[in-house]
Amino acid sequence: MSGYEAVIGLEIHAQLLTESKIFCGCSTRFGAEPNTQTCPVCIGMPGVLPVLNRRAVEFTIRTGLALNCTIASYSRFARKNYFYPDLPKGYQISQYELPLCRDGHLEIHAGGVRRRVGITRIHLEEDAGKNIHQKDSSLVDLNRAGVPLMEIVTEPDIRTPTEAAAFMKKLRNILRYLDVCDGNMEQGSLRCDANVSVRPAGSTGLGTKTEVKNINSFRFVEKALAYEIRRQMRVLEEGGRVVQETRLWDPAAGVTVSMRTKEEAQDYRYFPEPDLVPLEVGEEWIEEIRSTLVELPDKKRERFMSEYGLPEYDAEVLTEERAVADWFEEAVRLGGSPKAVSNWMMTELSRLLNETGREIADAPITPAHLVSLLKLIEEGTISGTIAKTVFEEVFRSGREPEVIVREKGLVQITDTGEIERLVDDVLSANPAEVERYRKGEAKLLGFFVGQVMKASKGKANPKLVNELLRRKLS
Amino acid sequence: MEPFRLGVSDAVDLLRRGGISAAELLEALFRRIDAVEPVVRAFVTVTRDEASARLGELESSGEGPHQALHAIPLAVKDNICTAGVKTTCSSRILRNFVPPYESTVTARLLREGYILLGKTNLDEFAMGSSTENSGFFPTRNPWDPERVPGGSSGGSAAAVAADECLAALGSDTGGSIRQPASFCGVVGLKPTYGRVSRYGLVAFASSLDQIGPITKSVRDAALLLNVISGHDPLDSTSAPVDRQDFTRSLDRGVKGLRIGVPKEYFVEGLDREVEQAVRDAIGELERLGAEVSEVSLPHTGYAVATYYILATSEASSNLARYDGVKYGFRAEGADLIEMYMETRAEGFGPEVKRRIMLGTYALSAGYYEAYYRKAQQVRTLIKEDFERAFERVDLIVTPTTPTPAFRLGEKVSDPLQMYLSDIFTISVNLAGVPGISIPCGFSTEGLPIGMQLIGRHFDEETLLRAAHAYEAATGWHGRRPVL
Ligand SMILES: [Zn+2]
Repeated sequence: MSGYEAVIGLEIHAQLLTESKIFCGCSTRFGAEPNTQTCPVCIGMPGVLPVLNRRAVEFTIRTGLALNCTIASYSRFARKNYFYPDLPKGYQISQYELPLCRDGHLEIHAGGVRRRVGITRIHLEEDAGKNIHQKDSSLVDLNRAGVPLMEIVTEPDIRTPTEAAAFMKKLRNILRYLDVCDGNMEQGSLRCDANVSVRPAGSTGLGTKTEVKNINSFRFVEKALAYEIRRQMRVLEEGGRVVQETRLWDPAAGVTVSMRTKEEAQDYRYFPEPDLVPLEVGEEWIEEIRSTLVELPDKKRERFMSEYGLPEYDAEVLTEERAVADWFEEAVRLGGSPKAVSNWMMTELSRLLNETGREIADAPITPAHLVSLLKLIEEGTISGTIAKTVFEEVFRSGREPEVIVREKGLVQITDTGEIERLVDDVLSANPAEVERYRKGEAKLLGFFVGQVMKASKGKANPKLVNELLRRKLS
Repeated sequence: MEPFRLGVSDAVDLLRRGGISAAELLEALFRRIDAVEPVVRAFVTVTRDEASARLGELESSGEGPHQALHAIPLAVKDNICTAGVKTTCSSRILRNFVPPYESTVTARLLREGYILLGKTNLDEFAMGSSTENSGFFPTRNPWDPERVPGGSSGGSAAAVAADECLAALGSDTGGSIRQPASFCGVVGLKPTYGRVSRYGLVAFASSLDQIGPITKSVRDAALLLNVISGHDPLDSTSAPVDRQDFTRSLDRGVKGLRIGVPKEYFVEGLDREVEQAVRDAIGELERLGAEVSEVSLPHTGYAVATYYILATSEASSNLARYDGVKYGFRAEGADLIEMYMETRAEGFGPEVKRRIMLGTYALSAGYYEAYYRKAQQVRTLIKEDFERAFERVDLIVTPTTPTPAFRLGEKVSDPLQMYLSDIFTISVNLAGVPGISIPCGFSTEGLPIGMQLIGRHFDEETLLRAAHAYEAATGWHGRRPVL
């Protein structure tokens, strides 16, 4: 199905990590009993009025600056009108004509292509509540109603599902770096809708687009888009026309299904919110926020390469998450060699985190533990193989590596006499292999090393084992 | 004098001097309510038990000397939320709604020691000019029960005119305080937009609504404004201006004040007697030392149309929350859509539905530019008209309404005629400036006539000073209907 290319734009909703809701003092904590985090304002009682949460504005400006946006000195809230039980006022307070941030960009790297994706706008709005459907009734939980949301809209600059996934991943990392959103797609604190169209490769016009909703996991970003692009291409190849509509991604079936067509689209009757004065943001405040902006992944990656001499791949992986990058730098600060720290983090630590489903911040192992372990290896107290066992033990228990090594008698055997005995045993037990080695099968050295290490339960110093074997076999 | 005839300032003095006890005053008012309410029907709810309990609480509090309105019985329009007391907006959809929160204005009145007598009738959700659109019953004009008291704060104005309370709070979106004050021969003040918090006022049109006092004298209006005004962190549109004492400069007179008479307000359709009364009043102001000149507010002719686009647009959205889901009236329906439709069909009256439809239409895709946006542009022009006029004059004088109170039923079937009864008051809301209606005479049929004074943004001081000077010189406000 070549000959076509896809044009993709994303609309991302990110729940902000403010303590309280956007227009009232209610808590935003997740998971409380239904309707316990509500007040007259967020349940839309008659006569109450919204008061804007300053932190929510600050978080949005912070994000805007990180995504290279222009921050509007004057922006407005607007009402988006529609009826739904989880929308207590019958309108959502959002921004429409004059958003808080606009004209930004984010550079992504995917499939060997570097691409700058334009950010059309970022605006602030309130979340709706949640309908809970039962057998023959429906209930409404308004705990989430009024939780601040940031809507980030991209230009249609994305060309492949891989790029879209890379964009989402990078955006998530940035939002987490900025501490404005926890980036959890499965729990709905980060949501992604996509506008998708296809066109003959090389043309500059735009095909009819569809909007794909309900992409509620990182895994589905690529899958849903790939499906939708294939579907549209097939429609065109069969001589049909793509219908402008909203489609829902069905993760179980792995398909998108039509939800409503353009004709059925709601008319939201946006108009300026008269209960809020226009939002005016002074240059001073913007500069204050800019000056406290953390180092973002791209910058940090560059620095890890130049400052610690890490390869690009290592630097990329280590800087995806701020907590991981901080862990790395703490280990290096405590005296760990950057490359050794990086190796351990990218192999053993990453494997164990995956296996246990833990975040680095709440794993029992600390950078100090890793540095002690590296020292034990360097001093020859333990072998690299033993070190892996010790590492895992520290990871699970949080105990000091030295203590584990001592208690379990894992200290490396560096006594030449003892190793020589083990070597002799192995050689006499394998006369045929000795014969073959001597006839020139040099690669059998590895076999003998393995046998000796096994006999020593991994504790023999591998360097000494090699030396002794070579001498005895020559 | 019978105690119920008292105004707020006089009652405060009398209570302080011990000339009357708080219990006597309260009892006198309830007896008055019992006596005239069958005719006037100003109240949706009379809070007799709550008022007695409140009186006991006040008497034992020892706060008396520190409270500006200690034990002063007042009525409150039933679209202003009072915690624990039904707030219905005279709508079936909120017939049994009891807010768990207090509006900022009544919270401030409570702090100063007032006693709530009851909640007054209004055109449903404050949409109307006669109180005939109440979802419950119409209120009568105390001067002639065959006539309307005006609206939408008709209940409050009638209650004040009939001496059922010492004063009342109303709300004014396009004239809803000033027009009924004029029809009932009392004083009605619409403060500058942002002067008084809207927190707890059930919204009709948020960018126009403002709460204000309806009183028996200008001094009382100033006194109540002292209490209810001032910045409120709960209302983002309330202005960050300092509170001030509006009674202090009341006696300074009008000498040297420049008063403008807009030629666009003295045109065809203006009742001859109303015109004469207002012209006489202007003459009186001149005699008192004001300099009178003609001014022009050229966009006046567009005000009613502009208002009915903006106010209904906002209303269509503000009233969306009455959907039967969370509180208020709910009708049964086979599914969600049917429940919504039945609830709103049965819960709202015809005028409210008409305005929701008008507003929904004006905001719809394809019409927004031609209606809503255009109306916003005209609103700016109207505001600029006032700014230009206020470069030359300190105050503007107009009739409050084109005619005295009309008969019940006279205009209900002709919404456009009804809308035109606010023709002189609407521009003030669009511009956000303060306006006051004070009595300035009577028609040959014995109906009150009101004069409107309009001031600069946040210049209620000058407005009240001139109104007080006129009132003191003429005494129209002292006349009371015979009931
Ligand atoms: Zn709340």
